[in-house]
Amino acid sequence: MSPGLALARRRLAQAPAVLAIVITGGFLLLEAAPGDAVDAYVASLGGDAGFVRELRERWGLDRSVWTRFLLYLAGLVTGDLGVSLAFDRPVAELVLERLPITLALAAAATSLALLLGAGLGLLCGSRPGGLADRLASAFVLALNATPSFWLGIVLVLVFAVRLRWLPSAGIETIGAGYAGVARLLDVARHMVLPVLTLGLVYAALYARVLRAGMVEAWRSDFVRAARAKGLPRKRLVLAHVARNALVPLLTVLGLHGAAMVGGSVVVESLFAVPGLGRLAFEAVIARDHALLVGIVLVCALLVILLNLVVDLLYGRLDPRIELASERR
Amino acid sequence: MKLDRRAFLASALVPLLSPGASLGAATPRRGGVLVVAADTEPRNLNPALVASNGVFFVASKVVEPLAEMAYTDAGLEPRLALSWEGSRDGRSVTFRLRPGVRFHDGTPFTSADVAYCALELWKKHQNLGRAFFKDLEAVDTPDPHTAVLRFSEPTPAQLVANALPPLTAVVPRRLFEGTDPLANPHNQKLVGTGPFRFVEHKPGQYYRLERNPDYWGAPLPWLDGIVYRVLPDRGAIAAALESGEIHLAAFSAVPLADMKRLASVPGIAVIAEGYEGITYQITVEINHRRKELADVRVRRAIAHAIDRDFVVRTIFLGWAKPATGPVPRFDKAFYTDDVPSYPFDPARAEALLDAAGYPRKADGVRFAVELMPAPWFEQTRQMGEYLRQALRTIGIEARLVLKDPAGHQKAVYTDHAFDLAIGSPVYRNDPAISTTILYESGLPAGVPFSNQYGYANPEMDRVIRAAARALDPEERAALYRRFQRLAMEDLPIVPVCEFTFLTVARTSVRNVASNPRWAVSNWADCWLEA
Repeated sequence: MSPGLALARRRLAQAPAVLAIVITGGFLLLEAAPGDAVDAYVASLGGDAGFVRELRERWGLDRSVWTRFLLYLAGLVTGDLGVSLAFDRPVAELVLERLPITLALAAAATSLALLLGAGLGLLCGSRPGGLADRLASAFVLALNATPSFWLGIVLVLVFAVRLRWLPSAGIETIGAGYAGVARLLDVARHMVLPVLTLGLVYAALYARVLRAGMVEAWRSDFVRAARAKGLPRKRLVLAHVARNALVPLLTVLGLHGAAMVGGSVVVESLFAVPGLGRLAFEAVIARDHALLVGIVLVCALLVILLNLVVDLLYGRLDPRIELASERR
Repeated sequence: MKLDRRAFLASALVPLLSPGASLGAATPRRGGVLVVAADTEPRNLNPALVASNGVFFVASKVVEPLAEMAYTDAGLEPRLALSWEGSRDGRSVTFRLRPGVRFHDGTPFTSADVAYCALELWKKHQNLGRAFFKDLEAVDTPDPHTAVLRFSEPTPAQLVANALPPLTAVVPRRLFEGTDPLANPHNQKLVGTGPFRFVEHKPGQYYRLERNPDYWGAPLPWLDGIVYRVLPDRGAIAAALESGEIHLAAFSAVPLADMKRLASVPGIAVIAEGYEGITYQITVEINHRRKELADVRVRRAIAHAIDRDFVVRTIFLGWAKPATGPVPRFDKAFYTDDVPSYPFDPARAEALLDAAGYPRKADGVRFAVELMPAPWFEQTRQMGEYLRQALRTIGIEARLVLKDPAGHQKAVYTDHAFDLAIGSPVYRNDPAISTTILYESGLPAGVPFSNQYGYANPEMDRVIRAAARALDPEERAALYRRFQRLAMEDLPIVPVCEFTFLTVARTSVRNVASNPRWAVSNWADCWLEA
């Protein structure tokens, strides 16, 4: 069996345990928060004692937490993620509706962050201490220190309010009736500011990680040897220095898989993007157990998959890592 | 620069400030789609089942009540009912219904729809209707355009009339009868008689309504449609207004601090009218189970420690008025200022606390409390900050405890796990609808926005019960004046100030604020300049 396949099998074998922890944790954590879904609902509209009581019975919240948890698990094993109390719709439907939007946003933001971050990191790391490094590092540091919500507001003020080049919020023009390529372009236009907001901050982080890795690599014996034998600088930087610095960058990228969903709560709210992050926030406020656990479950699956991909890529970048994992 | 409300209104709020002026200012134009900000998407959008401003904001354009509030002496104008009259014994109210009205599915609106909604939806399921219509025992329908509501106990016709705007939305019986009303798909895909038809809801994105060409009020509505864009972030709403992507944001959806700046933007106006029928208050809720707070002298001391003018000036930036009691000034029928008052006077507050037996200790503190501001509005949270400081000046140490809506609802209205809380009750056109419940004793735990404070006064309960049954409007008014005096003598909660919301709109939107519940009314007469 190939090492990659073995790793995949091992990771997938661990997945049920991870998912069980995530499901139990998600359900019980929300249970530990004060108030239930009925409290959250009636807080927005009022009602008499009978209204509150009947609602609690109808939503099954008059049962004990363990009964509700077991009923939820029973549904889960048949593939039923339950019904969202906050939205009165099946959780699977809600999650599937929002997931592609968050994934598209995260993928676009990650691509931007990688391209820009790798570019800046290379610029800084190819000649550490040089003028380009110092200028770019200052820019990267400033960008890294910028909160995404502030950056988002500034981008909106400049590009939507002042210049009116881009829409300030939403994911498409309502009622425009666009189809095909026209719709794709319309959605892309709406996604520019959210992608920039989410991507720029990560770009700064990736640039710093790549630069740090490259600085470290410059000090390695193999780089010294390569320089001594007269390898051209361009090849030295790309094939040796940068390649070795990609491993920590890949680690950070893997960790950001989950953070992109979490971090997109702010960006999705600011730009009115109906994604999974905003849905998760609404689920917590509404004490919507089924919805929150459904979202957490999907995110956990994504993280497991992403980490598997990252682990496999480690081996491609640095064969020593694959060897080590085989020995375990 | 000091923000003075009057100067601000005079200089920046342009002609829209006066509903009358805006009505007569130009000839209405047909056409255009009004784009509006919305910050919530209610799980049930049917106003016959859920009476709340969040639902009405969208649903009132599609589903209409029997009558709506108006800036007239009568205070009401007909919608689906042309007239209403109570019997001498208070056991019935007869409604003459508007003929020639059709629901959006083409079926005629008749008294059978009113009877079904009254008995099966408002009385059995509606959050506010359940208590209000508890004595409704039958609805007679002698002909398609007459509905007679029969009550088992004397029910003032005045009270029924005052409840018409928020509690009597009518949906077609045909679509609901024989179904589980709470699971009916038309709770989202609304069908009503209103000037706009429900087209679609894209969750997380928008609601879209289109002009009803068969509206009974033709040639109204003027607009071709309304789009509610879901914008959860308040900063995003301000940006969308400035960039011209939306025309209007209601319910103070833009932070008050941004209002002055927005009002100076060409083409944008801030409108303070159109919410008088849903006036809110900022109140200090007091848990009487706490020994110190059960003493009326301590409660009065707290009232004396609050500088209401400061609250109005600083927290509301002038867009509020100091409250004198539980009924707001706008309600001319019931309001009285002939009640005990508690002017800002920290020295008097300290004397009251000394007299109550709570002198300052060595550390200067008399006693400590937990203060829980409700999370509903930015002003309830800010009032919590202010009250903490105000109480410290009279020797009461308050620890702020902030919770989210579910946590606050449970702590205050179910578990009574608070000492002081900042509340924001809404006044709905009659003290009996959602105000006396804040003072009535004997309510079970868990009832939101009710007397969960442990306050009980048999005389207060007697007055509340008598007023709810008094058929003569004069007698009712006198009883509610007594209610207000008792409320301010006993001070189970401290009314601090009354406020209504603001609408921010492009000046091209006309007929904004044309009635006292404008944001939650049907917008049939609203139009857009070319």
